[in-house]
Amino acid sequence: MNLTLLILIPLITAIVILTCKNLQSVRWVAFIGSLVQLGLSGMLLLAYHAERVAGNTAQMLFSERHSWYSALNIEYYIGVDGISIAMILLTAFVVAAGVLISWKMEMLSKEFFFLLMLLSVGAYGFFISLDLFTMFFFLEVAVIPKFLLIGIWGSGKKEYSAMKLALMLMGGSALVLIGILGIYYNTNDGTGHHTFDILKISQQHIPMSLQMYFFPVLFTGFGVFTAMFPFHTWAPDGHSSAPTAASMFLAGISMKLGGYGCLRVAMYLMPEGAHHYSWAIILVATIAIIYGAFATLMQKDLKYINAYSSVSHCGFVLLGIGMMTHTAIVGAVMQMVSHGLMTALFFGAIGMMYDRTHTRQVAQLGGLLKVMPFIGVVFVIAGLCSLGLPGLSGFAAEMTVFMGSWQNPEMWHRLATILACASIVVTAVYILRAAGSSVMGPIKNEEFRKLTDAKWNEKFASVLLLAAILAIGMAPFWLINLVGPDSQIIMDHLTNAGGL
Amino acid sequence: MGKEFFTLMKPELGLMLIIFLLLILKIWDGIKEKSTLLSLVNLLLLLNFAAGFFFNSEGTLFSGMYHTNAVIVLEKNVLAFGTLLISLLAWDWLKKHEHLLEFYILLLSTLLGMNFMISSGNFMMLYLGLELSTIPLAALCNFDLDKLKSSEAALKMVLSSAFASCILLFGISMIYGTTGTLTFTELPGHLDGGMLQMLAFIFVFIGFAFKLSVVPFHFWTADVYEGSPIAVTSYLSVISKGAIVFVFITSLSNLFTTMGATWYHILVISIVMTITVGNLFAMRQDNIKRFLAFSSITQIGYILLGLTNGTEMGSASAIYFLVVYIFSNLAAFGVVSMVSEQTGKENISDFNGFYKNNKVSGWVMALAMFSLAGIPPTAGFFGKMFLVTAGAAKGNYLLIAFASLNMVVSLFYYLRVVKAIFINSNENPVEKIKSGFAVKLALGICMLGIIATGFYSGIYDYIVSMLH
Repeated sequence: MNLTLLILIPLITAIVILTCKNLQSVRWVAFIGSLVQLGLSGMLLLAYHAERVAGNTAQMLFSERHSWYSALNIEYYIGVDGISIAMILLTAFVVAAGVLISWKMEMLSKEFFFLLMLLSVGAYGFFISLDLFTMFFFLEVAVIPKFLLIGIWGSGKKEYSAMKLALMLMGGSALVLIGILGIYYNTNDGTGHHTFDILKISQQHIPMSLQMYFFPVLFTGFGVFTAMFPFHTWAPDGHSSAPTAASMFLAGISMKLGGYGCLRVAMYLMPEGAHHYSWAIILVATIAIIYGAFATLMQKDLKYINAYSSVSHCGFVLLGIGMMTHTAIVGAVMQMVSHGLMTALFFGAIGMMYDRTHTRQVAQLGGLLKVMPFIGVVFVIAGLCSLGLPGLSGFAAEMTVFMGSWQNPEMWHRLATILACASIVVTAVYILRAAGSSVMGPIKNEEFRKLTDAKWNEKFASVLLLAAILAIGMAPFWLINLVGPDSQIIMDHLTNAGGL
Repeated sequence: MGKEFFTLMKPELGLMLIIFLLLILKIWDGIKEKSTLLSLVNLLLLLNFAAGFFFNSEGTLFSGMYHTNAVIVLEKNVLAFGTLLISLLAWDWLKKHEHLLEFYILLLSTLLGMNFMISSGNFMMLYLGLELSTIPLAALCNFDLDKLKSSEAALKMVLSSAFASCILLFGISMIYGTTGTLTFTELPGHLDGGMLQMLAFIFVFIGFAFKLSVVPFHFWTADVYEGSPIAVTSYLSVISKGAIVFVFITSLSNLFTTMGATWYHILVISIVMTITVGNLFAMRQDNIKRFLAFSSITQIGYILLGLTNGTEMGSASAIYFLVVYIFSNLAAFGVVSMVSEQTGKENISDFNGFYKNNKVSGWVMALAMFSLAGIPPTAGFFGKMFLVTAGAAKGNYLLIAFASLNMVVSLFYYLRVVKAIFINSNENPVEKIKSGFAVKLALGICMLGIIATGFYSGIYDYIVSMLH
C-alpha cells in the first residue's frame, strides 16, 4: 500500500479541477476524486488488518522514508498505525460527503472544489506524517483554504470570522512551532545530528526541565486547533460563517488535527510533561465540556448550536487524553472519529435546511419534518448521536471515555468525570429543544410548504455518514480493536515515564 | 594577474562590459526601436547571469583588497538573477520611458558596486563598493521624472545614505585607529573588544543598519519606497537589502568574533525592534508600496534572526530566504506595477474585487502574500522555517516565541491584501490587466519559484554545498 497516494489523489483531483471547463465536469471530477479517496482508505484499512493478522508487529506500517532537507535532517517520513487509519477513514468520509453536499455550489465552483481538495491534502498528510517538520507543513497547508473558503463563500460576518479563525489557528501553529523546535534541539539521531523523526524522539529522553516549558506550549498549540478552552472562540464564529462543506471539514476534520497532535506529538514525545500537567488538561477539558454545553443552551442559530456543542464534545477528547488510562485514550480517539462524523452530518443537515428555508434561526423554523422528511430525520439522528443515544457512535465513544476516566481513582479526576457525565443532561436539553422546535411541531411559515426534500446527492452524503455512525454505534469493537493496540503503545510510554 | 584576474573578477568585468556597451549604444543612438533595445539589454543580463555559473575559482587580488570564493559567487549570481527578473518586470514601464539606457547604466552600476562590496577584503574597498551602489540608486529613485514625490524620494535617499556613510566611516576610522589595519584577514587578531573598538563596531553596525532599514534606522524606507518608480522600489527592497545581508554573511560576521556576545545582543535587540515596528506599521498602511516597505522591514528582522545562528546553518538559511524572497516580493511588485501602469492605482483598497476581472494575477498576488507570510505550500514557509530553526540553535526560546507569534501579526496584514482581492466587494473593480510577454514571463518564473523552491530541496542543498 503506497501511502503517498493519499496525498497525491486529492492533489491530482485539485489540479484536474483547475483545468475543467464547466460546472458539471468540476463537480464530477471532485466527486470521483473523493470516491477514489474513500476507496483508497477502505483498502488501507483492509491491508492494515491483513498485515496485523499476518503478524506484522511494527509500530508503523507501510512506512516510507525519503530524505528531504538532509542538512537539517528533515525527512518525508510517513507511516500509519491504527489511530491514523481511523483518522484517515474519517477524513475520507467527510470529504466525500462534503463534495456531495456542495453539489449546487455555482459561484466560483472551480476555486471552491480546488480549495476543498487542498484542505483534504493537508489533513491526509498530517495524519500520515511521522516527521515533525513534515507534519507541521501539512498542518499549515490548511490556512489558505480555510481563510478563503470562509471569506469568499461564507455567510454572516464572514470576513471577521475568516480572519479570526486564520489568526487564532496561526497562533496555535506558532506555539506548535516553538514546541517542535524545542524538541528538535534536544534530540540526536545517533550520528550527532538533531532529528524530527517522531519514533526516534520517542525513544529518547527530553530533560524534564525542558518538558516543563515545552509540553504546555505544544499542547496548547494543538489545543487551539481542537478548540480547547479558552482558545475555542474561533470555532463558533468560524463554523457558523463557513459554507456547509467548509463547516463539515472544519468541525469534522480540522479540529481532529489538534486532538491527534496532542496525543501523537505532545503526549507521546513528552510523557513526563504530560503527567506533570494532566491536572491542567483535565481542568480545561471539564470547563470546556460544562461551559460549551451551557453556552449551547443560549444559542438561537442552529449552526451556533452545533458549533458550541462541538466545543463541549471536543472537551471529551481532551478529557480522555488527560485521564491517561488506556480505555480513556481509546475513548478519546473514538470520540474524535464519532464527533467528526456526527458533526459533519449535523452541519450537512443544517446546510440542507438553510438552502431551502434561508434561515437558521430555531424560532423561525418548525414542522420541517412534514415537508422534508428525509432531511428532518437526518437532523434528528445527528442530534440523537450528539446526545449519546445508544446504538449511535456518540454513545460508544462517550461511554468509553467515561469508563476510562473512572478508572483513574483520584478524587479530583472522579469529580471531573462526574461533572462531564452530568453535562449529557444539558446536551439532551438543547438537542431535544432544537430538534423539537425546528423539525417537529406545526409548520410556522406557509412558504415552507413549497419546499422540496433532499436530492440524490444530499441523500447520498447523508447515507454515507449515517452508515459510518451506525457502524461505530452498533459494532464499536472493530474501531476499538483498530485503535486499541496503538493506544496501548502510547499508554505504556506514559506509564513508563510516570513510574505509575 | 593575467588569467587569474579575468576568472576571479568575471562578474564585475562582465557588468562593466555591459555598461560600456550601453554607453556606446547611447552615444551612437542607432537603435530607435525601444523593444529591440530592451530585448538586447535583457539578453545581455541573461548572459551575465548564465556566465556566473562557469569558470569560477577562488582567490584574492590586489593584495587582499578583493577576494572571491564559492559563496561569494553564489551571492553574486543571486543578485544577478534578481536584477534580471526586475528588468523583465519593468519592461512595460521602460518601453514608455525616454531614458531607457540611462536606467540600465545606473542600475548596473549599483549592481557593480554591490559585487565589489561583497567581494571586498578590506574596509576601504567595502566603503567604495557601498558608495558605488548607493549613489546611482539615488538617481534611480528620481526616475519618474515628472513626479515631485520621486524627487523627494531621491533626496531623502541621498541624505540618509550620506548620513549612514558618515557614521560608517567614523566607525571604520576608529577601527583603524585602534588596530592599525583595515584588512579583513588581519583584523580579528587585533580586535580585543576594548571600549573604543566596541564603539567602532556599533558605528559600523549602525552604518549598515541604515541600509538594511533596521529599526530605529528605518525612517527613510517608507517614503523612498513610496516615491520611487516601482522597478526601483523592488530593486531597493530585494537586491540592495540582499547585498547588505550578503556582506554580513561573508565578512562582518567573521570579523567581530571576539565580540561574539555583544554582536549577538545587538542583533537580538535589533530583531525585536525591527519585527515589532515593521509589523505594527505595516498593519496601518493603505498605499501598497508603503505596505511592502514595512513588510520588508519585518522580513529583514527575520533574516537577522537566522544570522544570530552564526554558523553555516544561519548563512544557508539567510541566503535561501533571500532567494525565496526575490521570488515572492518580485511577484507582488510585479502585479502592483502592472496595476499601477494601467490604472495609476497604488492602494490596497484599489485591489478590492480585483479577482473579478483578473483571475491569474489575483492568484499570483495572493500566493506572493502567502509566501511572504510564510504559509505552505509556498516556498516562503520553508524560508521562514529555516530562519527560525537556525535562530533557535542558540537556545533563546523567548526570541523564537517572539518571532513565531509575530508571524501571526504579519499574517493579519498579508491576509488584508488577500481579503481585498478575493472577498471585498467593489462597484468598479480594476479592469482586466493587459501586460507584455516579458512581464508574464517574469511573473511565471516567480510563481514557479514560489511553488517549486520549497518542495524541491535541491536549491537549499546547493547553497549548503557552496558554503562547505
